[in-house]
Formats: sequence, C-alpha cells, structure tokens
Amino acid sequence: MTSESSFLPIIALLPFLGALIPGVMIRAGRTATATFTAVPTVLALVMLGVLAPGVLNGTVYTFSIPWLPQLGLEAAFFLDGLGLMFACMILGVGLLITLYARYYLSGEDPVGQFYTYLLLFQGAMLGIVISDNILLLLIFWELTSLSSFLLIGYWKHLPEGRQGARMALTVTGAGGLAMIGGMLILGNIAGSYNLTDILAAGDLIKASDWYTPAVILILLGAFTKSAQFPFHFWLPHAMAAPTPVSAYLHSATMVKAGVFLMARMWPALSGTELWFYLVATTGLVTMVIAAVIALFKDDLKGLLAFSTVSHLGLLTMLLGFGTEAAAIAAVFHILNHLTFKAALFMTAGIIDHEAHTRDIKRLGGLAKLMPITAVIGIVAALSMAGIPLFNGFLSKELMLEEASHTNWWENPWIVPVLATVGALFSVAYSLRFIFHVFGGPVRDDYPSKPHDPPMGMWLSPAFLCIFVVLIGVAPFLAEPVVNMAASAVTGHTTHAHLKIWHGLTPALYMSIIAVAGGAVLLLLHRPLDAAWIKAGPFYAKSAFDAVISGCVSLSRVISDNLHNGAISRYLAIFTAATVTAGYMAYLGGGIAPQTREMLPIAPVFAVGWVLLVCATGVVVFQHHMRYRALVVLGVIGLMVSAGFVFLSAPDLALTQISVETVTIMLLLLALHFLPKTTPVEKDTPRRLLDGAVALAAGVGVASLAYAFMTRDLDSISFYHLANSYKEGGGTNVVNVILVDFRGYDTYGEIIVLGIAGLVIFALMEALLSGPAGARLRNSGYNFDRSHDRHPLMMVVSTRVMMPIALMVGVYIFLRGHNQPGGGFVAGLVFSIALLMQYMASGFAWTMRRQQFEYHAMIGWGVVIAGLTGAGAWLSGTPFLTSAFGYVHIPPIEEFELATAALFDLGVFLCVLGAVMLMLYSLSRMARHAGETVNLEPLDYDPSRPAKMVEKGKA
Amino acid sequence: MNHWIIAPVVLPALLAPLLGYIMRHDIVLARVASAAGTVALFFIALGLAFWAADGGTHVYRLGDWPAPFGIVLVLDRLSAMMVLLTATLALIVLWHVIATGWDAKGRHFHALYQFQLMGIFGAFLTGDAFNLFVFFEVLLIASYGLMVHSGGKVRLQAGLQYLVMNLAGSTLFLFALGTMYATTGTLNMADLAVKVPLIPAEEGAMVRVAAVLLLIVFMIKAALFPVQFWLPGTYANAPAPVAALFAIMTKVGAYAIIRLHTLAYGPQSSPTAGLVEEWLFPAAMVTVALGAIGVLAAKRLMPLLSFSVIGSMGTLMLAVAPQDPYATETALYYLVHSTFSAAALFLLADLVISRRGTDTLSVRPPLLQNGLFAALFFGGAIAMAGMPPLSGFLGKLLILDALRDPTLMPWAWSGILIGSLVTIVGFARAGSILFWKSTAVRVPEGAEPIDAEPRPAPATAAEVGPTMALLALLAALAVLAGPATEYMRAAGTQLFEPDGYIDAVLTPVEKPEAPDPHAPDPLAEEEH
Repeated sequence: MTSESSFLPIIALLPFLGALIPGVMIRAGRTATATFTAVPTVLALVMLGVLAPGVLNGTVYTFSIPWLPQLGLEAAFFLDGLGLMFACMILGVGLLITLYARYYLSGEDPVGQFYTYLLLFQGAMLGIVISDNILLLLIFWELTSLSSFLLIGYWKHLPEGRQGARMALTVTGAGGLAMIGGMLILGNIAGSYNLTDILAAGDLIKASDWYTPAVILILLGAFTKSAQFPFHFWLPHAMAAPTPVSAYLHSATMVKAGVFLMARMWPALSGTELWFYLVATTGLVTMVIAAVIALFKDDLKGLLAFSTVSHLGLLTMLLGFGTEAAAIAAVFHILNHLTFKAALFMTAGIIDHEAHTRDIKRLGGLAKLMPITAVIGIVAALSMAGIPLFNGFLSKELMLEEASHTNWWENPWIVPVLATVGALFSVAYSLRFIFHVFGGPVRDDYPSKPHDPPMGMWLSPAFLCIFVVLIGVAPFLAEPVVNMAASAVTGHTTHAHLKIWHGLTPALYMSIIAVAGGAVLLLLHRPLDAAWIKAGPFYAKSAFDAVISGCVSLSRVISDNLHNGAISRYLAIFTAATVTAGYMAYLGGGIAPQTREMLPIAPVFAVGWVLLVCATGVVVFQHHMRYRALVVLGVIGLMVSAGFVFLSAPDLALTQISVETVTIMLLLLALHFLPKTTPVEKDTPRRLLDGAVALAAGVGVASLAYAFMTRDLDSISFYHLANSYKEGGGTNVVNVILVDFRGYDTYGEIIVLGIAGLVIFALMEALLSGPAGARLRNSGYNFDRSHDRHPLMMVVSTRVMMPIALMVGVYIFLRGHNQPGGGFVAGLVFSIALLMQYMASGFAWTMRRQQFEYHAMIGWGVVIAGLTGAGAWLSGTPFLTSAFGYVHIPPIEEFELATAALFDLGVFLCVLGAVMLMLYSLSRMARHAGETVNLEPLDYDPSRPAKMVEKGKA
Repeated sequence: MNHWIIAPVVLPALLAPLLGYIMRHDIVLARVASAAGTVALFFIALGLAFWAADGGTHVYRLGDWPAPFGIVLVLDRLSAMMVLLTATLALIVLWHVIATGWDAKGRHFHALYQFQLMGIFGAFLTGDAFNLFVFFEVLLIASYGLMVHSGGKVRLQAGLQYLVMNLAGSTLFLFALGTMYATTGTLNMADLAVKVPLIPAEEGAMVRVAAVLLLIVFMIKAALFPVQFWLPGTYANAPAPVAALFAIMTKVGAYAIIRLHTLAYGPQSSPTAGLVEEWLFPAAMVTVALGAIGVLAAKRLMPLLSFSVIGSMGTLMLAVAPQDPYATETALYYLVHSTFSAAALFLLADLVISRRGTDTLSVRPPLLQNGLFAALFFGGAIAMAGMPPLSGFLGKLLILDALRDPTLMPWAWSGILIGSLVTIVGFARAGSILFWKSTAVRVPEGAEPIDAEPRPAPATAAEVGPTMALLALLAALAVLAGPATEYMRAAGTQLFEPDGYIDAVLTPVEKPEAPDPHAPDPLAEEEH
C-alpha cells in the first residue's frame, strides 16, 4: 500500500459526497449545478491521472481497511489496467454527459435530482471497477441497479418510464441476487472474498465441485446486467430514460458492468467447456438476434438500444472464447463501442430535442438542416457499421478473425457464419441510421423545425468522434491502453499490435460480405419491414407484464385466502399444528416409567366429575344460547373450586370462587349489550373438523395431565415449604409465594389487571364517541326490560350484606399471610360487595355514595406495590425483599407486621380499582344506551305507594 | 447488588400509573413525563449495555431469594442488547407520536406506552420461565390497548384477532410451563439448563413435548407459519406508530427462542438435540415465502409493510434455527436491522397515509412533499428488501454466509434470495404507484371547490425527524457493522457457552444466615 493508494477510497467516495451538491446548488440554477456536479468528477479524474503512469508501468495499487471482518467484507480497492481503463471511461463520459444534460434537460425537469442520481450512479459504477473485494463489488453492483431504477423512472409522470424502471430493476435485481449466491460460493471455494486471492486461485476454483453453480449464478448476474439474451428485453425499455442517461448508463457504462465482470473473473473462471458454451453461445445468439431486431426498430433510441445489446453480445462472445487474442479484441471493442455509441445516443437525443420526434419514418433530410449533428452522427454510425478508417472497423476485424477459427461443437462453420450475419445486420442498421435520418430530401412535416443545437449540446458527441477517427486512422495510439487492460484481464503481459491492414485474411472477406450484404438489406428495407410487421414479432414486454401480473394474482389468491380474518380457522390451524407438533415430538423419545399407583375414585369426586362433564356438554351443545352457556360456565368454575378444596388448596379455591363470581357478574352485564344468541355455523363438515381438532387437543392435554399425575416429581417447592415461615414470615405458603418468593410475578399480574381496567376504559371512550356510540343510542335497548329494576328484596338484602362482606374482606386481607386469603381475594370480595350494591340500586345511586376514583385506586395500587418493592433498596437489598417484625401494642396481643402486607395492599387496591373501572365502563355504556338513572334506591318504593319514582335521563 | 438491572422495569411501572391517574387530563404534562421517562430509560439501557459488554452475567435476585427458588433477572450481552434496542426504538417512536399528535386521539396512550415498555423490558431481562409468561401477559394487554388506541370498527375487529390468537398462545404457554415444570421441577432458566441435559434421551419424550410447545408459543409472538395469521391484520390496522413500536414485539418471540432454546433445549441437551432446527427451519422457510407473497399481493400500504415484517421474521428465524454461534450472531445483526427498518417504514407510512387520506395503493394527487416522502420510502424499502447501502444487505449476506450447511443451503439461499426479489418487486410497484404515478395527476388551478378539504399541512422537521433518525441508524449499523457484529459475536458465544450463565445464576451468594436449600425435613419447619 503506497501513499498514492489512499487516493482509491477517495476516488470511490467522491461521487457519493458530490451527490449532495446538486440538491443544494440547484438553487443557483442549472448551469451552476452542472458546473459543480463536474467538480468531483474532475477531481477523481485528476487523481486517476496521478495514478495512471504507475498502472501503465504495471503497478497495481491496493488499499484496504476492514469493514465486516466476520464476513470477510473489506473496504478494499485496487487499481490495475482494466480498472483504470473503466474508471477513465466512467468519469470521462460522465463529464461529457454532465455537459450534455445541462442543455438537454428543460427548466421544468428537476435537474438537481437528475445530477444527484447521476453522481450516485457514477460512484456505484466506479466502485464496481475498483473493488478488490467481491462482496464490496456486490454492494456497488446492486447500487447501480438502484440508481439506474431512479434514472429510468426520472420522468415519473410517464408510464413508460415507470414500467421501464421497474422492469430493469426486476431483471437486473434478480441477476444481482443470483450473483450474491455465486460470489458467496466463489469466496467459499477460494477461501477469501478478495479478488486478488480469487484470481490467483483459478485452478482451485475450476477443479471444485461448486464451480458449476458458482459460474451459472455469477453469469446470471452478468447476463442480466449486460442485457444478454434472453434477459435483454429490459434494455430497450430502459430507453424511456432521458437520453443522457441512455447514453451514459445504457450504452457506455452500466450495461458493460456484466462484461467487465466477465473480464475481471476471466483468469478465475474462463477456459472451461462450461464457460465457453455458456458465454460464447449466449453472446453469439444475442449479437445476431439483437442486430436483426435493430434493423426493424423505427425509434432511433430503440435501434440504438438493440444495437447496444448486439454489441454487448459481441463482447460477451469474445470473452467466452477464452483466448488471449479474443480478450484483446474484447478490450479494444469496449473502448471503441463506448466512443461511437455514446456519440450516437447523444446525436439521437439532439434530433429528438430539435425535431420533437425520434421516429425514423418521420425523419429524413436532416443533413441539410443540421449539418454539424449530421457529421457527428454519420462518423459515429460508420464506425458502428465497421467501415475502415473508423475505430469500429478495427475491433470488428479482430472479432471476425477470432470467430473465423472457432469451433462450436466440432463444427467450424457455425460461429463464423453467424458472426458474419451479425456484422451484416449491424452494417444494415447503421446505414439505415445514416440514410433514413440524414439522407433523403428535406421534409416539411417534422413536429418541429430542426436546426443545429447550441454548442454545449454537440460538443460532447463531437469530442467522442475525434477519438473515433483518431483511433481509426492511427490505431497504434490505443495500443498502450489496450495492452494495459488486456494484461490485467488475462493475467500476463500482452503485446497487441493494432493495425488497419492485416492482409487478405478471412476476416477481411467476412467484412466485405457484411458491408455489401448490409447495403443490399438496406435497399430491401421497405419490403422486409412490411414482412416483419406482418409477422408480428414477439414482444417481451407483454410477456413480462403477463408473468408479473400472473404472479401478483396468484399471490393474491394465496395471501388473501390464507389471511381472510376468520379467527376460528386461525385457531383451528394453530391447535392442529400444536397437537401434531407435540405428538411428533413425543414420538421422538421414550417416557419414564409410571411411579404412582392409581387411586380409587371417591363417590364425592365421581359426582363432581359427572357434573363437570355434563356442564361441559351443555356448553358445547348450547353455546349459542349465550345466557345459558354463561350460567353453566359458572357451574364449571365452582366445580373447579371444589376440586381445589379436595386437593387441599384452600387459597386457590377461595381465589377461584371470587374470580368466578366477579367475572360471571361482569359478563352478565356485558351480555346485556350483545346479541343473546350466537349464530349457528351451517357448514357441517367444518363443524365436524373443528370438533375433531378440539377433541384431539383435549385428548392431548388430558394425556399430558395423566402422564404427570402418575409420576413423582422432584421440584423446587420443598424450599418454599421450608422457608415460608422462617424467611418469609408467613405460614400460608401460597400467600408467601405470591407476595414474597414470587412477588415479582404478582407485581406483573396486578399490573396486567390494572392495564386491563385502563384499556377497557379507553376502549369504551373510543366506542362511545364513535359510530358505535350512535348505534348504541339508537338501539331498541329499552323494550324488554323489567319494570322493577331494583327490587325491594334485593336492595334490602344487599344493604344488610354490605358491612358483613366488607368485614369479611378486611378479615381475609389481614389473615392472608398466615391463613388462606390475601390482598387479591380481599380485593375481589370488596368488589363483590360493591358490585351487589350497583346491581341492586343502580350505578348512579351508588356512585354518589362513594367517592373513590377508580383510576386512583389502580394507580395507587401499582405505585404502593412498586414502592414497597423499591423500599428494599434503602436497606441495600434487592427489589421486593420483604422485612417483617413483631409488634406489641399493650391492649392487643403481639402481632406481626410485614412489608409484604403493604405489597398486598397494593394488590388489593389494584384489583378493586380494575374491577370497579370495568363496571363503571359498562354502566356508562348502559346510560349511553338510554338507561335511566334512578335517584332513589328503589324503582318502586312500597312506603310511597302513590307514584313511581321519577326518572331522569343520564 | 446493582439495582440498575431492574430499573427498566420499575421506572415505567411507577411512571405509568401516575400517567394514567394524575396526568390523565393534561396531554402536555403526560408528554413531558412520558418523554422524560423514556429518555431516562434510554440512558439506563445504554449504561446496562456498557456494563454487560464486560462479558459477565449479572444476576439480580428479587426478594433476595436464592435461585432457583425465587425469581432472578439476568443481564448478559444479549439481554442488554435487546433492552437497548427497545429503548432506542421507544424513544424514536414516542417522538413521532408526540410530533404527530397520535397520543391525543384516544385515552391513556402514555400510560399504556410505559406499561408496554415495562412488559418488553421485563421479558428481556427475566431469567425465569414463568416470569416470562407474566411479562408476556403485561406486554400483550398493553399492546392490545395501544393497538385499539383511538378505536374504529376495522381496528377493533383486527384487535380481536390479535387478542384471541395471543390469548390462545398464552393458554398454550401455561400448558407448556406445566409440562416443563412437571418434567424438570423448576422454572428458573439456568436451573433448566442444568436439569434438562440430565434427563436420559430414552426418557426424553415429555421434555421434547415441553420444548415444542414452548417453541410454538414463541412462534406465535414471532409470527411464524402456521401461527402468523394474527400479524397482517394487527399491524395493518393498528395506528401506524404503534405498528412501528410493535417491530420489537415480534423480536420478543425471537429472543425467547434464542434464549430458552439455546439454554435449556439447545444442542447440548441430548433429549432435545436438533429438535429446534427440525421444526423451526421449515416453519421459517414457509414464513419467508408467505411474507414475500403477501408483499406482492398487497393492495394497501399497511398490509404490504406488515407482510414484509413477516418475511423478515422468517429470514431472521432461518438464522436462529441451526443453533450455532455464528448463525446466531448473524441473526442478532439482522434482528436489529429488521426492527429499525420495519419501524422506519411504519412511521413513514403514518406521515404519508395521514396526508393521502388512504393507504390503498391507488393514484391520488401528489403530496406537497412528494419528493421527500419518495426518498424516505426508497430508503426504507431498500432496507427492508435488503439492498445496499443500508444494513439489510449486510444482514442478508451474513445470514446467507451462516447458512452454508449443504443440507440447509439450497433451501435457505433460494428462499432468501427469491424472497428478496419478490419483495423488491412488490415495493417497487407500491412506491411507483404512490410517489411516481401520482405526479401524473394534474390538479388544474382553481378546479378544487372552495369548500374542499384543505390540503394537509407539510410535514415539519419534528414529524419527519424520527423516520430519518431510524434510517440514519440503519446507515450507521451498516457503516459500523464491524464493531456491531463484534458485540453480537460475543453475545452469541456467551449464549452457547451457558456455563457462565448457569454459574452466575445458581451459585449461592454470600449471605450471613443463608438457609440450607436442602434442609432434611422441610415440613418440620411448619411447626411454628
């Protein structure tokens, strides 16, 4: 790594940094923007100029810093002959395009955006050619696809632009993804992702089993990018981009990325049969087919696009040959193609700009109207045709020479003949470009009267034409560059001698046939064109669109049917999957022997069991009668509580009973606002299927329970039994577990309850203020209600029970730590006591008699529990560490005070607050629905028999 | 004993009730308090991450009870990373919520938001399987509240789906915990890691059942096939900023699998060796496919983003499935990336949808800041689809690199690569309709009736800021991929060398009157 090497990352970064400039500079106008856009390009070119002499002398500059060492990704750059040639091409043409675009784009176009995208592309492309790490190369590779997407879609209001952009992204993106796979395999074989290492490991790579997949995947990337048949179709549609973009990306640089990659990988991958047949064949086919199509394109840019595809095919074919001479020819043609094709595109742009049409059939006679443009166009087109004294001729001769002695599948004729056919059509469309556009009489039906553009616009193509002629006349001038790049491609020094006259070689005859044949074809163009149109050529776009829309429709069928919102089906799939997976997992191992004897069935237990089964049966078969199902659910809950009692778990039984009571009461109230029946599912097979799934799940759970209950278990619970009193200060182990051993769980659970209260409140607010609230107001809620909502018996009995219930609650709370009970149950008991008042006398009446805010109860509950826990920090112990002590206040017996009790108070408050907030929400809904508010405790008061109690609206 | 470990749980748990009660009537007060709390959480998380970077496993014994008898919180590199990720995301989403005024559209937003954070932090920090269940409940109920925030019929319907599927998952979680306890007699994760490998393979059926049931529970959270159904409806109909926060919720499921299934049911436990890969890998494969298909099929922006989240979860879990340190490292990198990219897209979607008035992918008149939104969407889309230069590309490369095993490679590679392509196509279609095609609509001057709705106000810097911040984080994650993966490699290594974790949790602390956990006759103590 020399000091000059540190230019490399700067060169790579400059365009990206420069991309920020146009966005701001656009405020100073188009010219300023263009000028400043050129700055990073010029700077990079200058730095390349500093490095160039070294590279010409064979130095390879490298620079690397680690980026993602885990993966083997390095920010590694290197500059050799091939890289230098491409870098100069990218930057040089970039500069010309910057100038050209300044005049091409109109003031209405977002010019700043254009230059930003252009620089982004330039940076990405530059990155590809100087990357020394194939993963880094992949990054730049994908970036060119993205920036090309943006540039093709630049005129975003035009459908062609949008569709062309998407098509290009899809095709090149797909290739890029395939290439990721290929590159990873390649790196795996070579043991490194650094290009230098990979190029050195060519033999190892070609001998590997993974060679074939690697080559195929990498070539997919290269072929899609360089528009090789059958992936060529995106390129003509990319012509929807502004012409500077077509000239820059889609003829001079980006589409050559695939060719570049094949050249770069040449030492590592080429030279095998697979390589030859894949690459050379694809190139040959592409060259011929595209040349034929190009002849029949009426759109100037369409013609040039297919011509580009054809020339890319030519380059691909040369690289596929795998010989050194072919590699030299390829490198030379890359250079020549760049000069004449970019000039041609810019000419087409000028014509479009001036005449307002690109349709060849509407053009003609332009040589007289725009002479400068005509000279440029004709020089470049002659070069494209491969006429001597222009540079296109030289590299085409080299190509024909190579083709003339290439056997394909033991056949010496196929390649030379097809190559000649390709060249022939190439001559034909080039001549068509000249004669049908510039030749002929001046017409008077152009959409706009054309004339030569300002100098800024023709300067760039003219500059390129200088090279076309210069190299064409004095080819030795290009020798050092070609040798430099070809040496880098082949891996050893080449000594190419470029000259116009090689003697009477087969290539010369092939060339003569091509020129003569091309001229004849052009003369026959009119009838041929008619036949072509009549034949109705195959349009790839419609096929592509059909495939994409087919994929979209298919995915809609899959996705929409799968995610159709039917909860019952989601649950069925979930349950079935769980049972299946559980069963399969079970089959994968054995089970420990049974260690417990079966117990005899006690009669009490049998009764309970029968009750449970019957109740369950009723719920299953009567569940659409919601009220009935709810009542029966209560039976089940009670049986479960009884079961807990039977199994000596009084705490659980107590909790279960109170939870059961509260939930059933709240559900009854809620049912008030819901339909009283569930619609019956008509579809019998579905019901049977669901039944089978449910049954399977039930059997699964039962088997699990059976398996566990018949086996002994060695668990951590002994510790809780041992330490409940000594360390936790309570003899009720369940309560000590709840508030101490696992107080953190309880802390979480009361928060769940608190959140539930808040959510219900928030939901109710949202409901009542929305359309649901309006529906509720208009519902025929009133029609079947009881005339005596607050019956005397109930009012009186709940009044009597209230203090008793509260006392029970307090008692349960206080004894919690040592006997069954605790804050949770106490909270529920309090809730039940209050709930009864509300049910007996109505919400408003009761509300007025108690002044607690439910939000506050939840809030303080959570805060008290939290602060109790945090209090432990004061003594340096962890959250929720309890402390307890025994207090003796004279008249009373000694009693215990534990921080756990304070925590329990938090639990109590939270439970009470949450339940009451739920009740409050339900009652608000009721009042919203038109339920009247009673001021008196009874609707019908027997002590005042004369009148009904007056009612007021809520 | 360093109490900071529990701060991410206690701070929001104390703040939320105050927000829900004292500050519920004043939105400004609630905003200030909520934002201050979240900022504090972020710095706490940052501190914890630095602390955990030393490689130690830091244990916090709640109630001072020795493990495995009480509950412990455990902070190691993985949990610290998840906490920091959550805190960062929470801060940015909260910024967006406040800037766009979403919090004022319903009741109790900030209280629920803090409770939600508490639930997520609790789940990441706990070292106890049952406690994980508790925090799953906390985050479920809070997320439901956030999801139906501000109401609306469609949203409530989708909310029901979310709640029902996840309650079913909670029920299964209880069954799974029961099975787990019945086979090992413990709830502590480190203790499980000791006890599960001791079970002989020929008696391993029940342990295997427990492992698979737990896996399905976590798969529900992670939205993997065949239990992904809840996600598209939920994310697509939740308020968009809430969906952005939910980007971390699927990761809770992923985290739980990474944690519990490497610790207790990992490769080192003979009864369950290979079990995770056997079930997780195919599920993840189908998930990748479903995600991509859904993206292509979507007719609305929010479902499109939701399905892209499903696809990214599939990709993530492909890397979790093989249960080896390198694959896990790549999974962690992708996890961070996918969280931020999903959140960025949802936040952007909120800005766009609120101005377009609809999230259907249809042509509307162009927005005032069409170019800005288009650029942000482009950034989010390339992140989600895994294109350079954002971190998605590196994440994808890492995962592909990790899944080299010849039995997995053909499936995983083709799945991920084809999935990426379909996602790219889907996003390109959507973006092209939303931001390009709309520019073809010309609203003639003066054609709008006078009483037409005023054009929505341009997005302010404060509104666009959060989206940009997330994209900047993605860029930073790409640039700093080296140091980031270094941390994640250490986290992965730590996971697969569970002895450090087990020792730290189960080694008794020095306490003056430490009780003998194996007292000869526990019932004798009952006599008091």
